[in-house]
Amino acid sequence: MQNPSIEYDYTVAKWFSYLAILFGIIGMGIGVYIAFELAFPELNYVFGQYSLFSRLRPLHTNVVALGFTLSGIWATWYYVGQRVLKVSLKESPFLNGVAKLHFWLYFITALLAVISLFARYTTSKEYAQLEWPFDILVVIIWVLWGVGIFGLIGIRREKSLYISMWYYIATFLGVAMLYLFNNMEVPTYLVTGMGDPFHSVSMYAGTNDALVQWWFGHNAVAFVFTVPIIAMIYYFLPKESGQPVYSYKLSLLSFWGLMFVYLWAGGHHLIYSTVPDWMQTMGSVFSIILILPSWGSALNMLLTMKGEWGQLKSNPLIKFMVLASTFYMLSTLEGPIQSIKSVNALAHFTDWIPGHVHDGTLGWVGFMIISAIMHMAPRFFKREIYSKKMLEAQFWLQTTGIVLYFSSMWIAGITQGMMWRAVDQYGNLAYSFIDTVTVLHPYYTLRAIGGLFYLTGVLMWAYNFYKTMTAAKQIEKEPQFASPMAA
Amino acid sequence: MDIREIQGFLYFFFIVFITVILYGYIVHLYRSEKKGKRDYEKYSKLALDDEPTSSPLEPMEDNKQKEQ
Repeated sequence: MQNPSIEYDYTVAKWFSYLAILFGIIGMGIGVYIAFELAFPELNYVFGQYSLFSRLRPLHTNVVALGFTLSGIWATWYYVGQRVLKVSLKESPFLNGVAKLHFWLYFITALLAVISLFARYTTSKEYAQLEWPFDILVVIIWVLWGVGIFGLIGIRREKSLYISMWYYIATFLGVAMLYLFNNMEVPTYLVTGMGDPFHSVSMYAGTNDALVQWWFGHNAVAFVFTVPIIAMIYYFLPKESGQPVYSYKLSLLSFWGLMFVYLWAGGHHLIYSTVPDWMQTMGSVFSIILILPSWGSALNMLLTMKGEWGQLKSNPLIKFMVLASTFYMLSTLEGPIQSIKSVNALAHFTDWIPGHVHDGTLGWVGFMIISAIMHMAPRFFKREIYSKKMLEAQFWLQTTGIVLYFSSMWIAGITQGMMWRAVDQYGNLAYSFIDTVTVLHPYYTLRAIGGLFYLTGVLMWAYNFYKTMTAAKQIEKEPQFASPMAA
Repeated sequence: MDIREIQGFLYFFFIVFITVILYGYIVHLYRSEKKGKRDYEKYSKLALDDEPTSSPLEPMEDNKQKEQ
Protein backbone atom coordinates (compact mmCIF):
# COMPACT_ATOMS: atom_id res chain seq x y z
CA MET A 1 0.00 0.00 0.00
CA GLN A 2 1.48 3.34 -1.00
CA ASN A 3 0.81 6.08 1.44
CA PRO A 4 0.25 9.66 0.39
CA SER A 5 3.16 11.79 1.56
CA ILE A 6 2.72 12.90 5.18
CA GLU A 7 3.70 16.44 5.99
CA TYR A 8 5.05 16.38 9.53
CA ASP A 9 4.41 19.45 11.65
CA TYR A 10 7.57 20.46 13.49
CA THR A 11 6.28 23.74 14.98
CA VAL A 12 6.11 22.59 18.61
CA ALA A 13 9.31 20.51 18.25
CA LYS A 14 11.08 23.69 17.10
CA TRP A 15 9.70 25.76 19.98
CA PHE A 16 10.87 23.23 22.53
CA SER A 17 14.29 23.12 20.85
CA TYR A 18 14.66 26.91 21.24
CA LEU A 19 13.65 26.57 24.87
CA ALA A 20 16.14 23.74 25.48
CA ILE A 21 18.94 25.95 24.17
CA LEU A 22 17.79 28.93 26.24
CA PHE A 23 17.46 26.90 29.46
CA GLY A 24 20.74 25.16 28.70
CA ILE A 25 22.54 28.48 28.64
CA ILE A 26 20.80 29.84 31.75
CA GLY A 27 20.97 26.65 33.83
CA MET A 28 24.56 25.83 33.00
CA GLY A 29 25.58 29.49 33.28
CA ILE A 30 24.32 29.49 36.87
CA GLY A 31 26.03 26.13 37.42
CA VAL A 32 29.39 27.49 36.32
CA TYR A 33 28.94 30.57 38.47
CA ILE A 34 28.20 28.59 41.62
CA ALA A 35 31.11 26.25 40.83
CA PHE A 36 33.39 29.28 40.88
CA GLU A 37 31.72 30.40 44.13
CA LEU A 38 32.80 27.14 45.76
CA ALA A 39 36.38 27.81 44.70
CA PHE A 40 36.32 31.56 45.36
CA PRO A 41 33.77 32.28 48.12
CA GLU A 42 33.90 36.09 47.65
CA LEU A 43 31.76 35.55 44.54
CA ASN A 44 28.87 34.67 46.85
CA TYR A 45 28.36 38.32 47.70
CA VAL A 46 28.59 39.96 44.28
CA PHE A 47 24.81 40.58 44.15
CA GLY A 48 24.15 40.56 47.89
CA GLN A 49 21.83 37.78 49.04
CA TYR A 50 20.79 37.05 45.43
CA SER A 51 24.12 35.52 44.49
CA LEU A 52 24.47 33.27 47.53
CA PHE A 53 25.22 29.65 46.67
CA SER A 54 22.20 28.44 48.60
CA ARG A 55 19.90 30.72 46.59
CA LEU A 56 21.34 29.80 43.20
CA ARG A 57 21.90 26.07 43.59
CA PRO A 58 18.20 25.05 43.37
CA LEU A 59 17.89 27.36 40.37
CA HIS A 60 20.76 25.55 38.68
CA THR A 61 19.37 22.05 39.30
CA ASN A 62 15.80 22.98 38.41
CA VAL A 63 16.67 24.88 35.24
CA VAL A 64 18.94 22.16 33.87
CA ALA A 65 16.79 19.19 34.91
CA LEU A 66 13.28 20.52 34.52
CA GLY A 67 14.07 23.26 31.98
CA PHE A 68 16.83 22.14 29.62
CA THR A 69 16.24 18.39 29.86
CA LEU A 70 12.43 18.41 29.77
CA SER A 71 12.45 20.85 26.83
CA GLY A 72 14.89 18.58 25.02
CA ILE A 73 12.70 15.55 25.75
CA TRP A 74 9.59 17.28 24.44
CA ALA A 75 11.38 18.70 21.38
CA THR A 76 12.31 15.14 20.42
CA TRP A 77 8.92 13.70 21.39
CA TYR A 78 7.03 16.09 19.08
CA TYR A 79 9.43 15.07 16.31
CA VAL A 80 9.94 11.34 16.88
CA GLY A 81 6.32 10.68 17.91
CA GLN A 82 4.89 11.82 14.58
CA ARG A 83 7.53 10.03 12.52
CA VAL A 84 7.46 6.59 14.10
CA LEU A 85 3.65 6.58 14.35
CA LYS A 86 3.48 7.90 10.76
CA VAL A 87 0.91 10.53 11.52
CA SER A 88 1.17 14.31 11.40
CA LEU A 89 -0.01 16.70 14.07
CA LYS A 90 -1.54 18.64 11.17
CA GLU A 91 -4.11 15.87 10.82
CA SER A 92 -5.64 16.68 14.19
CA PRO A 93 -6.30 20.34 14.99
CA PHE A 94 -7.23 19.21 18.53
CA LEU A 95 -3.92 17.48 19.23
CA ASN A 96 -2.04 20.31 17.57
CA GLY A 97 -3.83 22.76 19.88
CA VAL A 98 -3.04 20.61 22.92
CA ALA A 99 0.62 20.50 21.89
CA LYS A 100 0.80 24.28 21.61
CA LEU A 101 -1.02 24.74 24.91
CA HIS A 102 1.44 22.25 26.44
CA PHE A 103 4.32 24.41 25.26
CA TRP A 104 2.93 27.77 26.41
CA LEU A 105 1.74 26.56 29.80
CA TYR A 106 5.13 24.95 30.35
CA PHE A 107 6.93 28.13 29.35
CA ILE A 108 4.85 30.25 31.74
CA THR A 109 5.24 27.72 34.58
CA ALA A 110 8.98 27.55 34.02
CA LEU A 111 9.25 31.34 34.30
CA LEU A 112 7.11 31.34 37.46
CA ALA A 113 9.25 28.53 38.86
CA VAL A 114 12.44 30.51 38.30
CA ILE A 115 10.96 33.63 39.88
CA SER A 116 9.52 31.73 42.87
CA LEU A 117 12.78 29.89 43.59
CA PHE A 118 14.69 33.12 43.25
CA ALA A 119 12.25 34.66 45.75
CA ARG A 120 13.01 31.82 48.19
CA TYR A 121 9.72 29.93 47.84
CA THR A 122 10.74 26.31 48.27
CA THR A 123 9.47 23.10 49.81
CA SER A 124 13.13 22.19 50.51
CA LYS A 125 12.72 18.79 48.86
CA GLU A 126 15.46 18.27 46.34
CA TYR A 127 14.25 18.47 42.69
CA ALA A 128 10.72 18.94 44.06
CA GLN A 129 11.26 22.45 45.39
CA LEU A 130 8.30 24.06 43.66
CA GLU A 131 5.53 25.16 46.00
CA TRP A 132 1.99 23.83 45.73
CA PRO A 133 0.42 26.33 43.25
CA PHE A 134 3.18 25.54 40.75
CA ASP A 135 2.81 21.83 41.40
CA ILE A 136 -0.78 22.11 40.24
CA LEU A 137 0.39 23.79 37.02
CA VAL A 138 2.95 21.01 36.53
CA VAL A 139 0.20 18.40 36.85
CA ILE A 140 -1.87 20.18 34.17
CA ILE A 141 1.18 20.33 31.87
CA TRP A 142 1.73 16.63 32.40
CA VAL A 143 -1.90 15.79 31.63
CA LEU A 144 -1.65 17.83 28.41
CA TRP A 145 1.42 15.86 27.37
CA GLY A 146 -0.42 12.61 28.16
CA VAL A 147 -3.36 13.67 25.99
CA GLY A 148 -0.80 14.40 23.26
CA ILE A 149 0.89 11.00 23.54
CA PHE A 150 -2.19 8.84 23.71
CA GLY A 151 -4.09 11.04 21.24
CA LEU A 152 -1.35 10.61 18.66
CA ILE A 153 -1.25 6.87 19.33
CA GLY A 154 -5.03 6.82 18.82
CA ILE A 155 -4.81 8.25 15.29
CA ARG A 156 -1.61 6.48 14.19
CA ARG A 157 -1.11 4.65 10.89
CA GLU A 158 1.66 2.39 12.22
CA LYS A 159 0.28 -0.43 14.30
CA SER A 160 3.44 -1.30 16.23
CA LEU A 161 4.96 1.15 18.66
CA TYR A 162 8.70 1.61 18.13
CA ILE A 163 10.86 1.03 21.22
CA SER A 164 11.40 4.79 21.67
CA MET A 165 7.64 5.14 22.09
CA TRP A 166 7.72 2.64 24.96
CA TYR A 167 10.32 4.78 26.68
CA TYR A 168 8.39 8.03 26.15
CA ILE A 169 5.23 6.41 27.54
CA ALA A 170 7.21 5.11 30.54
CA THR A 171 8.54 8.63 31.12
CA PHE A 172 5.02 9.97 31.17
CA LEU A 173 3.66 7.32 33.53
CA GLY A 174 6.71 7.20 35.80
CA VAL A 175 6.95 10.93 36.41
CA ALA A 176 3.19 11.23 36.86
CA MET A 177 3.24 8.67 39.68
CA LEU A 178 6.40 9.99 41.34
CA TYR A 179 5.42 13.63 41.18
CA LEU A 180 1.95 13.12 42.60
CA PHE A 181 3.10 11.04 45.57
CA ASN A 182 6.14 13.10 46.50
CA ASN A 183 4.31 16.42 46.29
CA MET A 184 1.46 15.51 48.62
CA GLU A 185 1.52 18.63 50.75
CA VAL A 186 -0.69 20.75 52.97
CA PRO A 187 -0.95 24.46 52.12
CA THR A 188 -0.65 25.91 55.62
CA TYR A 189 -2.50 29.17 54.90
CA LEU A 190 -5.55 27.42 53.43
CA VAL A 191 -5.79 24.99 56.33
CA THR A 192 -4.87 27.15 59.32
CA GLY A 193 -5.21 30.70 57.99
CA MET A 194 -1.64 31.35 59.08
CA GLY A 195 1.64 31.86 57.29
CA ASP A 196 2.41 32.57 53.67
CA PRO A 197 -0.25 31.56 51.08
CA PHE A 198 2.47 29.89 48.99
CA HIS A 199 3.87 27.84 51.84
CA SER A 200 3.09 24.18 52.41
CA VAL A 201 4.30 21.29 54.53
CA SER A 202 4.80 17.71 53.40
CA MET A 203 2.08 15.22 54.25
CA TYR A 204 4.73 12.74 55.34
CA ALA A 205 6.76 13.11 58.50
CA GLY A 206 10.33 12.30 59.46
CA THR A 207 11.91 9.22 57.97
CA ASN A 208 8.85 8.51 55.84
CA ASP A 209 9.26 11.89 54.20
CA ALA A 210 12.90 11.10 53.45
CA LEU A 211 11.98 7.72 52.01
CA VAL A 212 9.29 9.11 49.73
CA GLN A 213 11.58 11.98 48.76
CA TRP A 214 14.40 9.66 47.66
CA TRP A 215 12.09 7.20 46.04
CA PHE A 216 11.09 10.28 44.02
CA GLY A 217 14.55 11.81 43.80
CA HIS A 218 16.30 8.76 42.45
CA ASN A 219 13.49 7.95 40.07
CA ALA A 220 13.49 11.51 38.80
CA VAL A 221 16.99 10.55 37.64
CA ALA A 222 15.44 7.41 36.16
CA PHE A 223 12.47 8.93 34.38
CA VAL A 224 13.93 12.31 33.38
CA PHE A 225 17.65 11.63 32.90
CA THR A 226 17.57 8.01 31.73
CA VAL A 227 14.35 6.64 30.27
CA PRO A 228 13.50 9.50 27.82
CA ILE A 229 17.18 9.85 26.86
CA ILE A 230 17.19 6.15 25.93
CA ALA A 231 14.07 6.93 23.85
CA MET A 232 16.17 9.52 22.04
CA ILE A 233 19.22 7.37 21.41
CA TYR A 234 17.11 4.45 20.12
CA TYR A 235 15.77 6.77 17.46
CA PHE A 236 18.54 9.23 16.67
CA LEU A 237 21.59 6.95 16.61
CA PRO A 238 20.10 4.40 14.17
CA LYS A 239 18.60 7.21 12.10
CA GLU A 240 21.75 9.33 11.87
CA SER A 241 23.96 6.29 11.13
CA GLY A 242 21.50 4.45 8.88
CA GLN A 243 22.05 1.29 10.93
CA PRO A 244 19.21 -0.82 12.37
CA VAL A 245 19.27 -1.36 16.15
CA TYR A 246 21.74 -4.21 16.83
CA SER A 247 19.18 -6.34 18.66
CA TYR A 248 15.58 -5.25 18.93
CA LYS A 249 14.91 -8.14 21.32
CA LEU A 250 17.63 -6.87 23.65
CA SER A 251 15.99 -3.42 23.58
CA LEU A 252 12.71 -4.98 24.77
CA LEU A 253 14.38 -7.02 27.48
CA SER A 254 16.36 -4.03 28.73
CA PHE A 255 13.21 -1.96 28.80
CA TRP A 256 11.36 -4.32 31.14
CA GLY A 257 14.50 -4.87 33.20
CA LEU A 258 14.97 -1.15 33.69
CA MET A 259 11.31 -0.58 34.54
CA PHE A 260 11.30 -3.30 37.15
CA VAL A 261 14.62 -2.61 38.83
CA TYR A 262 14.92 1.18 38.86
CA LEU A 263 11.97 1.84 41.15
CA TRP A 264 13.57 -0.08 44.04
CA ALA A 265 16.99 1.57 44.00
CA GLY A 266 16.15 4.93 45.66
CA GLY A 267 16.99 3.63 49.13
CA HIS A 268 20.72 3.94 48.34
CA HIS A 269 20.41 7.70 48.99
CA LEU A 270 19.62 6.92 52.63
CA ILE A 271 22.32 4.40 53.55
CA TYR A 272 23.38 4.76 57.22
CA SER A 273 20.31 6.90 57.91
CA THR A 274 17.23 6.17 60.04
CA VAL A 275 15.40 4.12 57.41
CA PRO A 276 15.13 0.38 58.14
CA ASP A 277 18.32 -1.54 57.42
CA TRP A 278 16.64 -3.97 55.01
CA MET A 279 15.53 -1.02 52.85
CA GLN A 280 19.08 0.27 52.66
CA THR A 281 20.29 -3.18 51.66
CA MET A 282 17.52 -3.47 49.09
CA GLY A 283 18.53 -0.09 47.63
CA SER A 284 22.12 -1.34 47.29
CA VAL A 285 21.17 -4.70 45.80
CA PHE A 286 18.81 -3.24 43.22
CA SER A 287 21.38 -0.60 42.30
CA ILE A 288 23.88 -3.33 41.48
CA ILE A 289 21.32 -5.29 39.45
CA LEU A 290 20.57 -2.05 37.59
CA ILE A 291 23.91 -2.39 35.78
CA LEU A 292 22.39 -5.17 33.65
CA PRO A 293 19.51 -3.36 31.94
CA SER A 294 21.54 -0.13 31.71
CA TRP A 295 24.45 -1.81 30.01
CA GLY A 296 21.98 -3.80 27.90
CA SER A 297 20.75 -0.58 26.29
CA ALA A 298 24.16 1.05 26.09
CA LEU A 299 25.87 -1.99 24.53
CA ASN A 300 22.97 -2.36 22.13
CA MET A 301 23.68 1.17 20.92
CA LEU A 302 27.43 0.66 20.63
CA LEU A 303 26.88 -2.63 18.75
CA THR A 304 24.50 -0.81 16.41
CA MET A 305 27.64 0.88 15.07
CA LYS A 306 29.26 -2.54 14.37
CA GLY A 307 31.08 -2.43 11.05
CA GLU A 308 30.32 1.28 10.74
CA TRP A 309 32.88 2.74 13.13
CA GLY A 310 34.25 4.85 10.28
CA GLN A 311 31.26 7.13 10.83
CA LEU A 312 32.68 8.01 14.22
CA LYS A 313 35.49 9.77 12.42
CA SER A 314 33.47 11.49 9.75
CA ASN A 315 30.29 12.51 11.57
CA PRO A 316 30.46 14.67 14.73
CA LEU A 317 26.84 13.85 15.62
CA ILE A 318 27.77 10.15 15.78
CA LYS A 319 30.70 11.15 18.01
CA PHE A 320 28.30 12.89 20.40
CA MET A 321 25.91 9.94 20.50
CA VAL A 322 28.54 7.20 20.87
CA LEU A 323 30.25 9.12 23.65
CA ALA A 324 26.84 9.73 25.27
CA SER A 325 26.29 5.99 25.30
CA THR A 326 29.77 5.45 26.74
CA PHE A 327 29.19 8.00 29.50
CA TYR A 328 25.92 6.25 30.23
CA MET A 329 27.90 3.05 30.80
CA LEU A 330 30.45 4.82 32.99
CA SER A 331 27.77 6.51 35.04
CA THR A 332 25.66 3.38 35.50
CA LEU A 333 28.69 1.47 36.73
CA GLU A 334 29.84 4.27 39.03
CA GLY A 335 26.40 4.71 40.66
CA PRO A 336 26.07 1.06 41.74
CA ILE A 337 29.65 1.10 43.08
CA GLN A 338 28.79 4.15 45.21
CA SER A 339 25.68 2.42 46.52
CA ILE A 340 27.63 -0.49 48.03
CA LYS A 341 27.47 0.11 51.79
CA SER A 342 31.22 0.10 52.46
CA VAL A 343 31.93 2.41 49.50
CA ASN A 344 29.02 4.61 50.50
CA ALA A 345 30.53 5.06 53.95
CA LEU A 346 33.39 6.83 52.23
CA ALA A 347 31.55 8.48 49.32
CA HIS A 348 28.37 9.80 50.92
CA PHE A 349 28.16 13.62 51.24
CA THR A 350 31.46 14.04 49.39
CA ASP A 351 32.19 15.68 46.02
CA TRP A 352 32.37 12.28 44.39
CA ILE A 353 28.54 12.38 44.27
CA PRO A 354 28.18 15.57 42.17
CA GLY A 355 31.06 14.16 40.10
CA HIS A 356 28.94 11.07 39.38
CA VAL A 357 25.84 13.12 38.65
CA HIS A 358 27.70 15.31 36.18
CA ASP A 359 29.39 12.58 34.14
CA GLY A 360 25.86 11.26 33.65
CA THR A 361 24.13 14.55 32.97
CA LEU A 362 26.82 16.36 30.97
CA GLY A 363 28.08 13.29 29.12
CA TRP A 364 24.90 11.32 28.58
CA VAL A 365 21.91 13.68 28.89
CA GLY A 366 23.57 16.84 27.53
CA PHE A 367 25.32 15.14 24.62
CA MET A 368 22.15 13.31 23.57
CA ILE A 369 20.00 16.45 23.64
CA ILE A 370 22.64 18.46 21.78
CA SER A 371 23.05 15.84 19.06
CA ALA A 372 19.30 15.14 18.76
CA ILE A 373 18.52 18.84 18.27
CA MET A 374 21.33 19.18 15.72
CA HIS A 375 19.99 16.10 13.90
CA MET A 376 16.54 17.68 13.76
CA ALA A 377 17.75 21.15 12.72
CA PRO A 378 18.33 20.37 9.00
CA ARG A 379 14.88 18.69 8.93
CA PHE A 380 13.25 21.68 10.67
CA PHE A 381 14.69 24.36 8.45
CA LYS A 382 15.48 22.49 5.20
CA ARG A 383 19.06 23.71 5.53
CA GLU A 384 22.31 21.92 6.17
CA ILE A 385 24.08 22.28 9.53
CA TYR A 386 25.98 25.56 9.40
CA SER A 387 29.40 24.35 10.50
CA LYS A 388 30.81 20.86 10.95
CA LYS A 389 34.12 22.27 12.21
CA MET A 390 32.37 24.15 14.97
CA LEU A 391 30.48 21.02 15.96
CA GLU A 392 33.77 19.10 16.09
CA ALA A 393 35.41 21.82 18.17
CA GLN A 394 32.39 21.88 20.49
CA PHE A 395 32.62 18.12 20.93
CA TRP A 396 36.29 18.17 21.97
CA LEU A 397 35.91 21.22 24.19
CA GLN A 398 32.95 19.73 26.02
CA THR A 399 34.53 16.30 26.33
CA THR A 400 37.60 17.92 27.91
CA GLY A 401 35.27 19.86 30.20
CA ILE A 402 33.50 16.70 31.38
CA VAL A 403 36.79 14.87 32.00
CA LEU A 404 38.06 17.84 34.04
CA TYR A 405 34.80 17.88 35.97
CA PHE A 406 34.55 14.26 36.98
CA SER A 407 38.25 13.57 37.48
CA SER A 408 38.62 16.56 39.80
CA MET A 409 35.53 15.51 41.74
CA TRP A 410 36.71 11.92 42.04
CA ILE A 411 39.96 13.07 43.61
CA ALA A 412 38.25 15.73 45.72
CA GLY A 413 35.53 13.36 46.92
CA ILE A 414 37.80 10.52 47.94
CA THR A 415 40.28 12.91 49.58
CA GLN A 416 37.43 14.54 51.48
CA GLY A 417 35.98 11.18 52.58
CA MET A 418 39.36 9.92 53.78
CA MET A 419 40.10 13.11 55.70
CA TRP A 420 36.70 13.15 57.39
CA ARG A 421 37.16 9.73 58.86
CA ALA A 422 40.88 9.83 59.61
CA VAL A 423 41.58 9.43 63.35
CA ASP A 424 44.71 9.52 65.43
CA GLN A 425 45.83 6.74 67.78
CA TYR A 426 43.39 7.91 70.48
CA GLY A 427 40.41 7.97 68.13
CA ASN A 428 40.28 11.75 67.81
CA LEU A 429 39.47 13.18 64.41
CA ALA A 430 42.71 14.00 62.62
CA TYR A 431 41.36 16.92 60.59
CA SER A 432 38.92 19.76 61.08
CA PHE A 433 36.48 20.69 58.32
CA ILE A 434 38.51 23.70 57.17
CA ASP A 435 41.53 21.43 56.57
CA THR A 436 39.55 19.61 53.88
CA VAL A 437 38.42 22.91 52.31
CA THR A 438 42.02 24.06 51.94
CA VAL A 439 43.08 20.80 50.34
CA LEU A 440 40.14 20.76 47.94
CA HIS A 441 40.56 24.28 46.58
CA PRO A 442 42.57 23.37 43.43
CA TYR A 443 40.06 20.64 42.51
CA TYR A 444 37.15 23.05 42.92
CA THR A 445 38.90 25.47 40.59
CA LEU A 446 39.49 22.68 38.05
CA ARG A 447 35.84 21.68 38.25
CA ALA A 448 34.69 25.24 37.59
CA ILE A 449 37.03 25.47 34.57
CA GLY A 450 35.65 22.16 33.27
CA GLY A 451 32.15 23.57 33.62
CA LEU A 452 33.19 26.72 31.80
CA PHE A 453 34.48 24.60 28.90
CA TYR A 454 31.14 22.81 28.71
CA LEU A 455 29.20 26.08 28.87
CA THR A 456 31.34 27.54 26.07
CA GLY A 457 30.42 24.45 24.04
CA VAL A 458 26.74 25.10 24.71
CA LEU A 459 27.14 28.67 23.43
CA MET A 460 28.85 27.32 20.28
CA TRP A 461 25.94 24.93 19.86
CA ALA A 462 23.43 27.79 20.21
CA TYR A 463 25.33 29.84 17.60
CA ASN A 464 25.60 26.89 15.21
CA PHE A 465 21.90 26.19 15.60
CA TYR A 466 21.00 29.83 15.03
CA LYS A 467 23.15 30.04 11.89
CA THR A 468 21.69 26.73 10.66
CA MET A 469 18.25 28.27 11.06
CA THR A 470 19.06 31.53 9.33
CA ALA A 471 22.12 31.38 7.11
CA ALA A 472 23.09 27.82 6.15
CA LYS A 473 22.81 26.49 2.61
CA GLN A 474 19.31 25.33 1.74
CA ILE A 475 18.69 21.70 0.88
CA GLU A 476 15.98 20.52 -1.49
CA LYS A 477 15.04 17.24 0.13
CA GLU A 478 14.90 16.11 3.72
CA PRO A 479 18.01 13.99 4.31
CA GLN A 480 17.30 10.33 5.02
CA PHE A 481 20.18 9.41 7.33
CA ALA A 482 23.37 11.40 7.99
CA SER A 483 22.66 15.10 8.53
CA PRO A 484 24.24 17.25 5.84
CA MET A 485 26.74 19.78 7.16
CA ALA A 486 28.97 22.45 5.67
CA ALA A 487 32.67 22.10 6.41
CA MET B 1 9.35 -19.82 62.57
CA ASP B 2 10.02 -16.18 63.41
CA ILE B 3 9.49 -13.16 61.17
CA ARG B 4 13.14 -13.14 60.06
CA GLU B 5 12.90 -16.68 58.77
CA ILE B 6 9.63 -15.97 56.96
CA GLN B 7 11.26 -12.91 55.37
CA GLY B 8 14.18 -15.05 54.28
CA PHE B 9 11.97 -17.66 52.60
CA LEU B 10 9.82 -14.98 50.97
CA TYR B 11 12.93 -13.25 49.69
CA PHE B 12 14.34 -16.48 48.26
CA PHE B 13 11.17 -17.47 46.46
CA PHE B 14 10.67 -13.93 45.19
CA ILE B 15 14.15 -14.00 43.62
CA VAL B 16 13.40 -17.39 42.04
CA PHE B 17 10.08 -16.05 40.76
CA ILE B 18 11.51 -12.91 39.11
CA THR B 19 14.40 -14.92 37.62
CA VAL B 20 11.88 -17.31 36.07
CA ILE B 21 9.89 -14.35 34.69
CA LEU B 22 13.04 -12.78 33.20
CA TYR B 23 14.27 -15.95 31.51
CA GLY B 24 10.69 -16.78 30.51
CA TYR B 25 10.51 -13.51 28.63
CA ILE B 26 13.78 -14.20 26.81
CA VAL B 27 12.57 -17.68 25.87
CA HIS B 28 9.25 -16.19 24.75
CA LEU B 29 11.02 -13.66 22.48
CA TYR B 30 13.22 -16.27 20.81
CA ARG B 31 10.51 -18.92 20.56
CA SER B 32 8.04 -16.51 18.89
CA GLU B 33 10.70 -15.74 16.32
CA LYS B 34 11.57 -19.37 15.72
CA LYS B 35 7.95 -20.34 15.25
CA GLY B 36 7.53 -17.49 12.77
CA LYS B 37 4.88 -15.81 14.92
CA ARG B 38 6.72 -12.50 15.04
CA ASP B 39 9.93 -11.11 13.64
CA TYR B 40 11.06 -8.67 16.30
CA GLU B 41 14.12 -7.45 14.46
CA LYS B 42 12.07 -5.96 11.63
CA TYR B 43 10.78 -3.29 14.02
CA SER B 44 14.18 -1.60 13.82
CA LYS B 45 12.95 -0.33 10.47
CA LEU B 46 10.35 1.81 12.24
CA ALA B 47 13.06 4.38 12.93
CA LEU B 48 15.01 4.00 9.69
CA ASP B 49 12.07 4.02 7.33
CA ASP B 50 10.09 7.00 8.58
CA GLU B 51 10.31 9.34 5.63
CA PRO B 52 7.25 11.42 4.75
CA THR B 53 6.66 9.05 1.83
CA SER B 54 7.29 5.76 3.69
CA SER B 55 4.49 3.25 4.09
CA PRO B 56 3.73 1.88 7.56
CA LEU B 57 5.49 -1.39 8.39
CA GLU B 58 2.26 -2.83 9.80
CA PRO B 59 -0.61 -0.54 8.77
CA MET B 60 -3.52 -0.13 11.16
CA GLU B 61 -5.85 -1.41 8.42
CA ASP B 62 -4.29 -4.88 8.76
CA ASN B 63 -5.67 -5.02 12.23
CA LYS B 64 -9.20 -4.28 11.10
CA GLN B 65 -8.99 -6.82 8.28
CA LYS B 66 -7.91 -9.52 10.72
CA GLU B 67 -10.83 -8.76 12.98
CA GLN B 68 -13.27 -9.10 10.07
